[in-house]
Parts: sequence; structure tokens; C-alpha cells
Amino acid sequence: MGLGNGLKTVEEIKAAIEAAVPGAGVVIVTNPSASRQHSLRLSPVHAIAIATFLRDDAELSLDFLSNVTGIDWPDKEISEKVKVPRTVTKTVDGVEQTVEEMVEETRKRVEPGFLEVVYHLFSVEKKHGPVVLRMSTGNRADLVHLPSLTPVWRSAEFQEREIFDLYGVVFDGHPDLRRLLMWDEFKDHPMRKDYVEPDDFEYEPTPHDEVLARAIAHKAATERTTATAAADLKVGGQ
Amino acid sequence: MTLSHLLHEKKPAGWNRPPVMEPDGDAELLEVAMGPHHPSTHGVFRMDVALDGERVIRLKPVFGYLHRNHEKLAEGMTYLGSMPFTDRLDYICSLTNNWAYALAVEKLTGQEVPERAEYLRVILGELTRIVNHSSSIGFLAQEMGASGTPLMYAFREREKILDLFESLTGSRMMCNYMRFGGCRVDASPAWLDAASKVVTGLPGFADEFEQLLGSNEILMARCQGVGILRPELAINAGITGPMLRASGVNYDIRKVDHYGIYDRFNFRVPLGDHWDVYDRFMIRLLELRESIKIVEQALKDIPAGPIMDSKAKIRGFRPKPGEAYGRIEGPKGELGFYLISDGGPNPYRYRVRPPSLINLTILEDMCLGSNVADVVLIFGSVDIVLGEVDR
Repeated sequence: MGLGNGLKTVEEIKAAIEAAVPGAGVVIVTNPSASRQHSLRLSPVHAIAIATFLRDDAELSLDFLSNVTGIDWPDKEISEKVKVPRTVTKTVDGVEQTVEEMVEETRKRVEPGFLEVVYHLFSVEKKHGPVVLRMSTGNRADLVHLPSLTPVWRSAEFQEREIFDLYGVVFDGHPDLRRLLMWDEFKDHPMRKDYVEPDDFEYEPTPHDEVLARAIAHKAATERTTATAAADLKVGGQ
Repeated sequence: MTLSHLLHEKKPAGWNRPPVMEPDGDAELLEVAMGPHHPSTHGVFRMDVALDGERVIRLKPVFGYLHRNHEKLAEGMTYLGSMPFTDRLDYICSLTNNWAYALAVEKLTGQEVPERAEYLRVILGELTRIVNHSSSIGFLAQEMGASGTPLMYAFREREKILDLFESLTGSRMMCNYMRFGGCRVDASPAWLDAASKVVTGLPGFADEFEQLLGSNEILMARCQGVGILRPELAINAGITGPMLRASGVNYDIRKVDHYGIYDRFNFRVPLGDHWDVYDRFMIRLLELRESIKIVEQALKDIPAGPIMDSKAKIRGFRPKPGEAYGRIEGPKGELGFYLISDGGPNPYRYRVRPPSLINLTILEDMCLGSNVADVVLIFGSVDIVLGEVDR
């Protein structure tokens, strides 16, 4: 699993990290595509220590954090067929018996989703890379905190802000965590897979098909609100 | 001091943060919103500046006026469907955007690019760099008050190159030319002749441009010693492209990654010595000359042959699950694309690494303590396009 340009393999980097940061618990994530860019999954607890080691180690010298990406992995419903033993009453040769039987059953299991942040590192000094790090949150709702790597690499500053904005990952230790692209009053996180566009954009002047249906629904909704508002005003006025 | 020493010496905590500036007296600070509709912002971009007299005490960039969630749009369409949208990222340099995206997809699928297509990519990519660097110098001079003249010199040459783009790709600026595994249309011998003719005139333009600006007293007075960016901070803040090299760091992805066929060409990487606005201006001028050299070599050596990988699939294109990060040395810096495939016809995740946005990380650091008029210059020397900053 060589990464080219004289860089250590991911296994060697993992070993180096584990020697420097005891209990780091780095996991290799293999990449089946032709790019062969395998990555290392870090536990958020040790992330800062590992990042500082990777930057300052004389041999690795990963001084340049190029790219920070957020990814949304929503809850996945997996249906699988399981064989379950079941006792059934059957009539065998005219005699009623209770028999243990294996029955196939479809079970649905929900694999909880999470948000992931991927860091692509290079070395300007040694001219090698990329080394890919990933970290994931506990879930997509309340356990969305991850340590910020901005104190280690300044280049994460705007990119982590963008991920906070578009995905809703909260980076602890970020010096200036605000929305980057959306306005401050905006509530949702548009890059999430389950994001629904608000019904507030202007429809085209000559709507047709799908857009027509949406325009009618939109119009009905706005007319109702104006009517209610007018009624409220009247009540308030009296 | 060597680069390695600068990088590994012990630094105080918070060394990579902008310094906190204190006002001189107890006069009130003046808060100015430069932008979003300010002629110097190259589009819609705002800097919230706090001033103590003429001195900049605080500067916060505000983004998002041109945000259209390019990355989300790409998740909803096929891989090829995003190709025309990459043109709209950095709309001065559509061909290098195409190239970076094609390169990332080729990394993901392991496709090969035929030799002739690689040469065409280099020719078009370097012509794009010439367009970008000359225009960006023109804009910088414009911001110093040189209304029109230098910019029109640059645009005169740009027009010749855009005519070449138009006759080859059908469009002056939104070229949509590269494909996964090659290029869309082949260049005719007549086109190559026309390109050679344009390129023959370019060194003369570079001389003229340098004569006009390089030793201009006003330009030197305004640019030298202004907006200094230290190399260790530049690396730590992920600054790439001419900005990084003007800070004296030898890092050119064409030389580091050897992507495409760049190791076949003879060119040099100019480096800055004073790390200021003037160095950034000069680096662009020198890189422009190197690009002319590369195009000349490529036009001389371009072989005959196919321009598309014979195994490339246009319809039903579904990369195997996996991910890839591909990057090129764009005119503004490292332009990268990070793609995750789940085996479907659309990318599961499509990420653009925008050099324009990341190069603005240290805008505040460079501007603090200088005059308002210099903020315009320092910002101009970063060379950004808002289509890419906001995506």
C-alpha cells in the first residue's frame, strides 16, 4: 500500500503514530478505487496530539493541510434475511406434534448515521503526500462535536467553518466558528443528504408540469397566510 | 535560514493567528464595510474593516454572496454533468478547472489519457495560466489607479488566446473541453498553426508588459514592503500557487506531482525573496514567461494520435466504489477535487478544494497595520475569483 514519492505506507504511518501517541487507536480504511489513497481513522480524543505529531515529526513533516471535506452518512436501513428457530404445531402421520423448525425471516436493522470529516495532508518540505485522515461524529443529531485542527494547521480555519455551516459539525477549539457561506440567521445545514429546500423561492413566470404543481401549492399556502394575517390585523385593529 | 529550520523551530502558542492590534489613542474606531459592491473586490465580497485613523486594526472577510452550492448540485447529476459547471468556478480559467476535475475522475477510475490529449491539455492549461496571470497583473495595476492601460494591454493578448479557445472548444470562457480519459475535440493542424502564431507574439508582450510596469516608480512605491507573508505561515495556512512561491517556498505541483506530462518540459519555478505584493506581481510575470516556454515546447512536440482513451465510457459511466483526491497547479494555486463514489452514476460526494478561498485565510494577517489603500492592493495581489470562493 505505498503512497508513492518516497512516503511511508499507511501501515508505517499508523505504527509511527501509535509509537508517538500511546493508545491512539488508529484504524486503516482501505480504498478499493484505482487511486489507492488509503486513509487513517482517528479517534477524536487523540486527534490534536496525532495532528501535532504528524506536522512536527522530522520524517513525515506533514506541514501542509490541503483539503478538509465534510461528508454526511445518513441512517441506513438494512434489511437482511435471518433464519430463526420457531416451534410450530404440525400434524405428522395423523398425530399432532410440536416441532422445532428453521424459518426464514426478513429483519430490518437501522445502522445509525454519522458525519465525517476528511483531511488531506501533504508535505511541502519533503514533497510527499497525500496522507488522508478521517474522523467521525457519534451521530447526526446531538453528538456532532469534533476537535478542531485549526490550531495545528491554519488552513483548516475557513474549511472547518464551511463544514460547520453546511453539515453542522461543531469544531471544539476553533477560534472563530461562524457560518461561512450561508447567512448567520440561516437554520439548516444544506449539504446534508436529507436537507429539504424551503418553500420560499420564486417560481418561474410560466410554470409547467412539476413546477406548476409546486407553484399552485406554494400560492395556496402564501394566500392562506396573507388571509390569516389580514384577519389577525382586523382583530388587532378592533 | 532554511525552510526546514523555519518549519521545525519552536514557536509560541498561537503563532499562526493574526495579532491583536490595539488602537493608538482613545479615539473611536471607524468600522467600514468594504464591499460587497466595491470596485476593488472583483465581484461580490465584503471586508468588514475596523480603522484607527488610516490604520487597519481588524479585518473580517465575509463570504457567500455568490454561493450556489455547487457541490450539492454535483451530487444530483452524473459525473460528466458537472463538467460544464466546473467552468463557472474560476471563470477566468475554465480549462484548468476542467483539467483538475477530469484528473480526479481519472484517478478514481484508473483511466489512461492518450499522449496527444495530454499535450493538448498542457497547451490549453498553460495558455489559461498566461490569460490569468496577465489579467491579474492588469487588475492589480488598475487598483493602483492605473486606469485601463495595463489591463487593456493584458486583455489585448487575452482576446487572442480566447479566440483560440473559441475556435477549438466553441466557447471563449466556458470551454467545457476536457473529458474523462481525454479531450472532447481534436485540434486541427490549422488551429495548431494559429496557436503557434499567437505564442510567437507572447514573449514580446511579456517584455512590453514588464517594461511598462516592472520598474514603474509608483508601482514600486506602492507594492514593495507591503503585505508581507512569512513562508512558515504561508505553508501552515495552506497558501498555494504564486502566493506561496512569492513567499520563497519552492512548491509547484507541476514539479512535485509530475501529473500529466510535465516532466517532459523544461521550465523553471520562480521564487520570491521579499514576500511582498511586488514579489507576487513579479512571480506572475515570470511564471507567464515560463508558461510561454512550455507552450512553445508542447506545440513543437505534439504527436499525432487519438485524443480519447478507447476504453472510456461516456454513457453508463459508473466508477467502482472508492474515493480519490486529484489536484493540479491551477493559475491561482492548488485546485483539487475530492470524489467519493458509491458505485452509482452520480458522485456520492464531490468536493472542490478552492485555492481562491484558502488563499484568503491570511488576508487579515497581511493587512493588519497597513493603510486602507493598501488593503485594496494586498487583496488584489491574492488574485481570487468569487465564483470559486463562494462556489
